Amino acid sequence: MTPAVSGQLINLFAAIMLLLGFAMLSQRRIITLINLFMLQGIVLSLSTLVVAQSTGQTHLLWSAALTFVLKVIVLPYILHRLIRKLSIKWDVETLINIPTTMLAGIALVVIAFNVAQPISQLSGTITRATIGIALACVLLAFLMMITRSKAVPQVIAFLAMENGLFFAATSATYGMPMVVELGIALDVLVGMVILGVFFFQIREQFDSLDIRQMEKVHEE
Amino acid sequence: MNVYALFAQLLELAIALLMAPLLSGWVNQCRAWLQSRSAPPILLPYYTLSKLFNKDVLLAHNASSLFRAAPYVIFSCMALASAIVPTLSTDLIFAPAADAIALVGLFALARVFIALAGMDIGTSFGSLGARREMLIGFLAEPALLMVFFTASLIAQSTSLSTIVETLAHREFIIYPSLAFAGVAFTMISLAENARIPVDNPTTHLELTMIHEAMILEYSGRHLALIEWAASLKLFAYSCLGIAIFFPFGIPESAEPQALLLAGAILVGKLTIGGFLLALIETMSAKMRIFRAPEFLGTAFLLAVLAMLVHLLLETGQ
Repeated sequence: MTPAVSGQLINLFAAIMLLLGFAMLSQRRIITLINLFMLQGIVLSLSTLVVAQSTGQTHLLWSAALTFVLKVIVLPYILHRLIRKLSIKWDVETLINIPTTMLAGIALVVIAFNVAQPISQLSGTITRATIGIALACVLLAFLMMITRSKAVPQVIAFLAMENGLFFAATSATYGMPMVVELGIALDVLVGMVILGVFFFQIREQFDSLDIRQMEKVHEE
Repeated sequence: MNVYALFAQLLELAIALLMAPLLSGWVNQCRAWLQSRSAPPILLPYYTLSKLFNKDVLLAHNASSLFRAAPYVIFSCMALASAIVPTLSTDLIFAPAADAIALVGLFALARVFIALAGMDIGTSFGSLGARREMLIGFLAEPALLMVFFTASLIAQSTSLSTIVETLAHREFIIYPSLAFAGVAFTMISLAENARIPVDNPTTHLELTMIHEAMILEYSGRHLALIEWAASLKLFAYSCLGIAIFFPFGIPESAEPQALLLAGAILVGKLTIGGFLLALIETMSAKMRIFRAPEFLGTAFLLAVLAMLVHLLLETGQ
């Protein structure tokens, strides 16, 4: 692959990441949300693979494999099992209606692109144009976390935010050292397991996974 | 050279007029197959047209001259639109006459006339359909314009011929923005051609219908012209999608050999495109009418994103 082609491929993957970010933002159903998250994982590992191939950095290959195993197989499996156990396959409730959220998303993308412009000019990597998109993905996931009222979509948004950060890392600096990446991967996995336990605790306490219920908590 | 351009132009118009009902027939057939019904003959739209042309026109007592003129206006708008879109060659004689923005204007003109004609008789169904059509239209048009702007930014021109030439004949580059624009364009075409997520093209007696509600009062040759115009619109949109997103195989010259090859490629692309349309229609369920603004809002958003992505990723590299 010539550098020009791989650069274009990475740009394409970046655009698909952004598209998936918006798709998640607009999605009402949890099960589709998890599938979209899985797709994002696939795109992420593919783009890491292309960066690894075009720059000859072998540790990125490991990181791509790690991403694939963790974000395409393990985490979606855990999430699917969770929603089956909690039997919340269908309900997603948003705090603001979806078109407004999407408009806010566009504004965030514009901000992210503007903020990233000077940063990417400093960077010398082939993938520098994607910093703006990675930032936009992080902000979109953040927006999703804010606008969702149920716990599970918030966790998915958190994981999507991690996807965006990881994408920023590969696109700006060709990835972090292997130790850091392993640490983060483990953190995400452990965090997911703990949150899974939390879901059951929350539901036991409040009879619902709606976080608005928690605002009513006060000391007895 | 100019003779060839004229010839290509006339051939393109003739093909559009003749093949448009065939495309509609093909889509209906595919849909029947996918839904495991027995398929209607592929030539059914032609039979319907000839049947309608042989019938007498029944006019309501209070029909104005606008009601009678509207089918001709709509039909000529759609015929002109399909003549502008470069399908067989980019060397067309009409090409400098109208660009992508004028094309949107043509579609808008047809829409205004069909809505006015729907309201003309004064039946409640007609005005209901007209209002819904305008609701869909005012949301779909800006999105369509945004899609065209993205393509125009890439080609540095709003002329459709130049856009197709740029995309088809320069060095092959992956444009991520076109992926966004393509999704947006698909959503817009579904809405504009009264296809399933937004409107059901096969229904005649439902409260949810949009397109059919406006033309309930038409009969005879008027109805035939409107039906023909509807299939021309589908044809024009399909060709537009092909021209912007899959332009490979559209030649720059208008030599007879090139035209022949381009015609064969076009038929192949339309066959696949029609099948994909039937697939989308089979896989999705019709939305509530009040979901349509959300659907089209998403299309607009994607088109805007396409432009932003183009500005970020594809300039200054």
